[in-house]
Amino acid sequence: MPVKEIAGQKVWQRRTTRMQFAVWFGWLLGVAIFVYCWRLISDKTIWFFVTDAPNQAADMAERMVPPKWSYMNELWIPVWDTINIATLGTLMAIIIAVPVAFCAARNTTPSRHFVRPVALFIIVSSRSINSLIWALMLVTMIGPGVLAGVIAIGLRSIGFCAKLLYEAIEEIDETQVEAIVATGAKRSQQLSFGIVPQIMPAFAGITVFRWDINIRESTVLGLVGAGGIGLQLDSSISTLAWTQVSLILLVILATVIVSEWVSAKIRHAII
Amino acid sequence: MNEGKATRRWKRPPLIANPTLRWTLWVGTAIYLAFAFGTMEVNWQRVAEGTERGQRFLASFFPPDFTSRWDSILEGILESMWMTITSTVVGIILSIPVGLGAARNLAWRPVYLFCRGILAVSRTFPEIILAIFFVKLFGFGPFAGFLALSVGTIGFYGKLLAEDIEDMDPVQAEAIKSVGARWLQWLNYAVQPQVMPRMIGLGIYRLDINFRESAVVGIVGGGGIGATLLTAFDRYEFDSAAAILLVIIGIVMVLEYTSGYIRKWVQ
Repeated sequence: MPVKEIAGQKVWQRRTTRMQFAVWFGWLLGVAIFVYCWRLISDKTIWFFVTDAPNQAADMAERMVPPKWSYMNELWIPVWDTINIATLGTLMAIIIAVPVAFCAARNTTPSRHFVRPVALFIIVSSRSINSLIWALMLVTMIGPGVLAGVIAIGLRSIGFCAKLLYEAIEEIDETQVEAIVATGAKRSQQLSFGIVPQIMPAFAGITVFRWDINIRESTVLGLVGAGGIGLQLDSSISTLAWTQVSLILLVILATVIVSEWVSAKIRHAII
Repeated sequence: MNEGKATRRWKRPPLIANPTLRWTLWVGTAIYLAFAFGTMEVNWQRVAEGTERGQRFLASFFPPDFTSRWDSILEGILESMWMTITSTVVGIILSIPVGLGAARNLAWRPVYLFCRGILAVSRTFPEIILAIFFVKLFGFGPFAGFLALSVGTIGFYGKLLAEDIEDMDPVQAEAIKSVGARWLQWLNYAVQPQVMPRMIGLGIYRLDINFRESAVVGIVGGGGIGATLLTAFDRYEFDSAAAILLVIIGIVMVLEYTSGYIRKWVQ
């Protein structure tokens, strides 16, 4: 314990002098990096617009109320599309994610040196590209529409689902599998009677959790043309139809809240 | 006994015990899927045309073209990084008071509700929608992206901080209070040491998320690498786009590896 003697009296200190200097130096470095980055951003900013922003915001808010409720008639189909993108995308993701997860888990992978790295690579590359970027690529390739959105959401979710699922597989209770092995079960039987029942609750939880996230993400996919309510948002903003924009935002808010409520209910029921 | 053996077989217990609920769910799912696929409009001709373009895109990954647009790629990446760092720092600093206010065991009831409200609002809208509005208000460029990411960070970090404080060990907090600590001292010696290790880890995790998000706010004009990527796609310069994607994946992987390492080291 670092103790310093001040005027003949021993005083308790939290850190040694060297530690204290190291901590101060770390803070100094951090602050310096932050100030440097801030300078670069501020150089690229037109500060006149920033100081004017409160007026702009007030102006925009004024134009947004009241929401144009009659526009709702044109929004039902985009909302339905948005929900479909999220649901079908999640479905596609879990269909692909399950085999990937079994290949990636240390205790179930067929080959530790060849298959496992490939599965891990699939997980990492799917996770590191945002669904909006996936959508951007797919729209250039297969054209705008709901299908591009479904595939984009699906590709983005594979990594997420497979990662959580393979962690769940690695955490199972091995004694149960051993009991199944002792009865003379084949490998496929070991999987379906020893491992699957143990990961089923985790699997359902992960699916619902990802579905909830996907609802949020699918609301913006339309910005790059991949279907859903984002298309309406984009066109309303570019035509400066602010009363429509506010209605769309309210609809998105409602969809997200409902999906969060549904997923919380389901997860509560499973776990 | 022999008769019983033939008729009674063990069946695996189903996940949902109630048969009515189980069958309703199955039928409901089937009807939903039929409707969902039925209403999905797919232009198969366009898809078929696109496969050729898709092959060209995939082919351009071997090799990707880093050189011809290197200057704009570098500028975009650096801009994304500045945005990531500043927005994480500002977001975390702002989320500390909000998080403290949103912890039930710390805050006065109206303050609690107010702070929870802030967190709920900033968490509902995706960063990209926030970015659209900030671009409208503050003009194009990294400042709008920075603000959008900061607001997103407040929602994420504030909520987790509040939950962590609610879960803390009250015994330690009481011990500090009983030696006569003032409120700030109490925060500093009783609350902070308990939540600190996890919060450092989450801060680094958020840095990671912010970089990923900073790659897309550019699509709506918020600065960063996203704008460069969008331009590359719009010009059908697939080899440059492939290069940008590889750079993004590379940085994300490095960040994820380091953040995992640091989190392990902190805890």
